[in-house]
Amino acid sequence: MTDIYEILRGQKDADGNYQKKKVIVQGITGKYGSTHAKLMLDYGTNIVAGVTPGKGGQIFEDKVPIYESVKEAVEATGAEISIVFVPAKFFLGAAKDALESGIKLLVAIPEHVPIRDAMEAIELAKKKDAIIIGPNTPGVIVPGLIKVGIMPATPFSTGKVAVLSKSGTLLYEISNNLTSAGFGQNITIGIGGDPVNGTRMIDAFDMVKDDPELEAMVIVGEIGGDSEEILAQHIIDTGFSKPIVGYIAGRQAPKEKRMGHAGAIVMGNYGSAESKISMFAKANIPVAKRPGEVAVLLAGKMNS
Amino acid sequence: MRLLEYQAKELFKEFGIKTPPSISSKDIEKGRKDAKELGYPFVIKVQVPVGGRGKAGGIQKCSSDDEFELKYPQLLNMSIKGEKTRAILLEKMADIEKELYLSLFLNRSKRCYTIIASSEGGVEIESVKNQTIREVGLGDVDTQTAKEVANEIGLKDSQEEQFVDMLQRLSKLTIEKEAELAEINPLAILKDGTLIALDGKVMTDDSSNFRHDELQKYQEKSELEKQAEKSGFSLVELEGNIAVIGNGAGLVMSTFDLVSDNGGKPATFLDVGGGATTETVYEALTLISKMKRVKGILVNLYGGIVKTTTVAEAFIQAYNNNLIDIPVFARLMGTESEKAKEMLKDTKTKMFDSIEDAINGVVMEANK
Repeated sequence: MTDIYEILRGQKDADGNYQKKKVIVQGITGKYGSTHAKLMLDYGTNIVAGVTPGKGGQIFEDKVPIYESVKEAVEATGAEISIVFVPAKFFLGAAKDALESGIKLLVAIPEHVPIRDAMEAIELAKKKDAIIIGPNTPGVIVPGLIKVGIMPATPFSTGKVAVLSKSGTLLYEISNNLTSAGFGQNITIGIGGDPVNGTRMIDAFDMVKDDPELEAMVIVGEIGGDSEEILAQHIIDTGFSKPIVGYIAGRQAPKEKRMGHAGAIVMGNYGSAESKISMFAKANIPVAKRPGEVAVLLAGKMNS
Repeated sequence: MRLLEYQAKELFKEFGIKTPPSISSKDIEKGRKDAKELGYPFVIKVQVPVGGRGKAGGIQKCSSDDEFELKYPQLLNMSIKGEKTRAILLEKMADIEKELYLSLFLNRSKRCYTIIASSEGGVEIESVKNQTIREVGLGDVDTQTAKEVANEIGLKDSQEEQFVDMLQRLSKLTIEKEAELAEINPLAILKDGTLIALDGKVMTDDSSNFRHDELQKYQEKSELEKQAEKSGFSLVELEGNIAVIGNGAGLVMSTFDLVSDNGGKPATFLDVGGGATTETVYEALTLISKMKRVKGILVNLYGGIVKTTTVAEAFIQAYNNNLIDIPVFARLMGTESEKAKEMLKDTKTKMFDSIEDAINGVVMEANK
């Protein structure tokens, strides 16, 4: 599997610092893309190129050159990370451009990407040995080093807890609580709220679990699908022994209604919160009743 | 989009899947004509976007004009699990020998379509026994696979052939219409050996709506839901009396859970989304102001990219325009939340530092 840590931070240099990896922003001139490109630059993310067809040759914010295609941007910069802000119906085209040009980590922000398009992009990523995070994700952040996403900076602090979350705002809320309680984050990954995810819960778990600096994990799930159940079984099978705490949103949601996220829907028992919570219990993962309880449960687990 | 039975059956017919003769209507005048055309006896079936309608009395036999005049209005005015009848389907009764189950659904974790079939159908999928499950990739179901499934559920000869044909047609429908689920339950074997779809459920991928104009006529959204969609936020309407508003689906779901845990009954699930502006939040409040049953508004915001002051501004406008006069209980966190609290200090909005306290407040208000 492609090593997400290697792509996002590389190896430490002689002074013990990680590298500043290069990032391309697809859709950098759009309203959303430009706002977040600026915020990422403010965070210290090394944005080396933007892509907007028809605007090649222009310069973004006096420092980031814009190219016609990812192919051109990669040839000029050698970047392996790209974040996509194009409208959902153009996502597949943008993803193909990126993956076929050698991008190894594609962060897919748009919401409402058709499932079929997402699946096609994921197929291609598999062939190219690349990672897609999203669609409909807030992105990924290694606090203090690199932010490739739309998350606000304030909830996050450097540390040793990995947070994996389907929801964006719950990721911010829970990370903020963790930060306040003294649990900084080693990495946080937004899985996304869509039915089909480029990086599933289980993939994200496998990507982060072997990092020697990792001390604990927080899994923020929600109703819909069975990715939490599959992850719980995987945790049982692999015998992962570091502390994990969970949270599941949507316990009281009515059946057969989409609760905001395209993926957040219970069909029969498939996707229900009870099913997820009972599998977490089997894997010895305590599940917080409310977001604020996550840090409390984690403190309990860390001290036991 | 969750298609109603009659809509799913229209698609079935389009793809050559056999269904009993049936006609749909939304008022009794049309219903009377349909009854004449179809001829007694038939069944009257309410069309609601939720399961379990048989048990709730939503399917009634009908064999005379008198019975029709009595039952049609009853069924038209009924609600099942909070869902009002959207339409009525009159359908000829079938002479059933046996009921089977068949569905194709999008397996999210395997990222492929999956067939579920069973020789025991007619009950909800959780209770379907002896399930045959087959993952089939993203393309059409091939004949060999369809045959194997038919054999596994005990079908032979002509019935096997009919099943293979039906499954392949269902697979074509699933792919062409970008369905997340296409279910025939029950799939009936009639006394004369014919296989027929007695009930159908189809859910399509809403994100692909833009390339399926032909499905738009099936859109069954309430006025409020339509307005919400136009303004770019997602809204689910429920029967309770507490309007729950927040940003981000996960956070709103979580708030919704806590309201219900504490004895409150949500009237809305309203996610103003990651790109909320003063205007969109104002529109959200406009929608809620039209819901007369709402006795309290609960706001839970985590300001990130969306500033909490942006939201506070919308509330101030709403108060100034006398848009809302019901109490608001709010918890604002994140970007500029101190300033937002200051802005709302002298208004009807009660501010709380913890969501738990805000919920206690709104539940007490709503249960007064």
